[in-house]
Amino acid sequence: MKAAIFIPCLTEHMYPGSGLSMVKVLRHAGVEVEYVDDQTCCGQPAFNAGYRREIIPIAERLIKLFAGKEYVIAPSGSCTAMVRVFYRELDISGALKDDLDDLCGRIFEFCEFMVDVAKVDSLGGTFPHKVTYHDSCHLSRELGVVAQPRKLINDIAEIDFVEMKDSDACCGFGGMFSAKFGELSTEIVARKCANIVDSGAEYVIGADAGCLMNIGGYLRKNKMTPKTMHIADLLATSLDL
Amino acid sequence: MDKTPRKIKTYVHDALGDKPMRRAVSNAAETSKSSRDKQAARIPYWDLVRQKVRSFKQDVLEHLDEYLIEFESNCQANGIKVHWARDAAAAREIIGKIASDCGAKNVVKSKSLTTEEIDLNSYLADQGVDPVETDLGEYIVQLLGQIPSHLVAPALHLSRQDIGRLFHEKLGEEYTEDPAELTEIARIHLRQKFLNADMGISGANFGIARSGCVCVVENECNARLTISLPKVHVAVMGIEKLIPDLSALPYFLKLLPVSATGQRASSYVNIIGGPGREGSGEGPQEVHVVLLDNGRSKILGDAQLRETLMCMRCGACLNTCPVYREIGGHAYGWVYMGPIGSALIPQFLGEKEGCYAPSLSTLCGACHEICPLKINIPRHLLKLRNKVVLAGQSGFFERIGIKLWAFAAARPRLYRFVTWFPGKLQMLLPGKRAFPAPGYMGRRAVGRFDSKGFAKRFREMDK
Repeated sequence: MKAAIFIPCLTEHMYPGSGLSMVKVLRHAGVEVEYVDDQTCCGQPAFNAGYRREIIPIAERLIKLFAGKEYVIAPSGSCTAMVRVFYRELDISGALKDDLDDLCGRIFEFCEFMVDVAKVDSLGGTFPHKVTYHDSCHLSRELGVVAQPRKLINDIAEIDFVEMKDSDACCGFGGMFSAKFGELSTEIVARKCANIVDSGAEYVIGADAGCLMNIGGYLRKNKMTPKTMHIADLLATSLDL
Repeated sequence: MDKTPRKIKTYVHDALGDKPMRRAVSNAAETSKSSRDKQAARIPYWDLVRQKVRSFKQDVLEHLDEYLIEFESNCQANGIKVHWARDAAAAREIIGKIASDCGAKNVVKSKSLTTEEIDLNSYLADQGVDPVETDLGEYIVQLLGQIPSHLVAPALHLSRQDIGRLFHEKLGEEYTEDPAELTEIARIHLRQKFLNADMGISGANFGIARSGCVCVVENECNARLTISLPKVHVAVMGIEKLIPDLSALPYFLKLLPVSATGQRASSYVNIIGGPGREGSGEGPQEVHVVLLDNGRSKILGDAQLRETLMCMRCGACLNTCPVYREIGGHAYGWVYMGPIGSALIPQFLGEKEGCYAPSLSTLCGACHEICPLKINIPRHLLKLRNKVVLAGQSGFFERIGIKLWAFAAARPRLYRFVTWFPGKLQMLLPGKRAFPAPGYMGRRAVGRFDSKGFAKRFREMDK
């Protein structure tokens, strides 16, 4: 099984470790990983701010870049949803429309790929800690990926998985929302973090760097004990990769 | 109305500072949502009802012109006078004229967001007519000089202590914070208003095209008194409120109370099919329906955004919204609030007045998930943000910044340089500091740029 990886901006520039973990876990699962050079961004920040015309060249570039790849995998529900769901809202040039349709059927978020496509049964890792899981909005609501990350977590030996209250409630990040309405965004993440702390977990696992940056930033700044961890990092650590 | 959604940022800031209000809002919203979830889960065919109601609404919106004509002629056959109002001013004038024709001075009103939309109360007051709100929550906000902060529960942002103090100050009653006693106080005050009223104004939850009837759903019986005691009844209804016929109504009545308050059924369902019969001595002598457009036909013209006209105003999207839960309804600066309000504001008031409203959302999609009509609110907010940009109403620096960024992001080598730079620059910062980010205000730590980036680290790993 061959897969090209799509590395979102936050992973590229701030959390490359999660990207590397994803590569290691995919290889461990027998997937041949290819990194396509010259990747940039999916265009979501501008799209969400209302700038559609501006990102058409970005989207068209991405569609061409990944044309013909067997699978495309991203460690982010948000960026996957951008391509699979929201690129259809753009005025993509006619010649690339079929390529987009094709790409939409082959691009997967990491957890989704592992469980639904690669159909991994237990990877065999061990992680003797108490963890909880935060559902990222785009991943759970736009892509419907809710059970897959939980399966991956529960398959780890010795892990103590607890659900927090309102695991599917937004963390308040929302991309540029966190800057435009910073004070409000902070209040929303405060509520999220209170639920994380109440769960008693040592780690809060997530599948999107944006949410994890927001949640982790609040936890750290307010000296709360739980730590954030990307699910790819959790799997890689549990397997000692 | 002296509030404007142009000032959303100020209102949000003020709301966040009002801790008691926020506590009241988030508690009430959470309670409503959990009872809604419990009730919805008890109905095995819940999603089928949603589908059915959606298809009714879709059909009505696609053939609204025909349904409106059908509704009008059937109302007329029932003795209901139908008025067409192109905009808020026309609607106010029509209602003012009905009041002056029948010499009405005392008006009772049952809860109607549509009359808030046209700012009817202050207009009537200027005409020397005294409009009194009779829904308990709306009566409270009227006494306070406010507008509702929730589509269903207008006084949701207040505590019972707030209400006790208000009744003490405004009505001269002894202070109490006992909900039953407070309700009794309002009941006694309002009873006299009902008996003295010479005109009743209501909204309408549904207009039933084939039967020429108007349906008003409520819990307090105040609407029943409003529409049946005074000699004249005026129902104000947005043109999108039509449903095909009475056989469709039960489906809507199944969804609405569950979604709104988690009730299995509303306490009262009123169907108004004309004035009281001659000689019966009961019911109003005149019934009027004011059909309000006020921009709705323009919304209907957009094949995507048209979906926002399906809204039943149940308020479920407010109760589940992480943003609404923190700031309440007044921060939106208009009569429609919460996720659906954010989508309606720019459509009703234009991209200039409504430029911030669609951005007041994390796009988390909880509203889309809970909406009984499955209105894809986040998708509409995205489109409306785009309309704000196309109308030239987005911020100057944002526009320049995004255009430059987008230019670079389509050119990998340039993009690599632009994004490589902050990582290097950050190394000049003392300790393990990160760049300050706007909006983070020291209450959240910001992520640091990696010194190498993924692409480089990936190549190193594979060496």
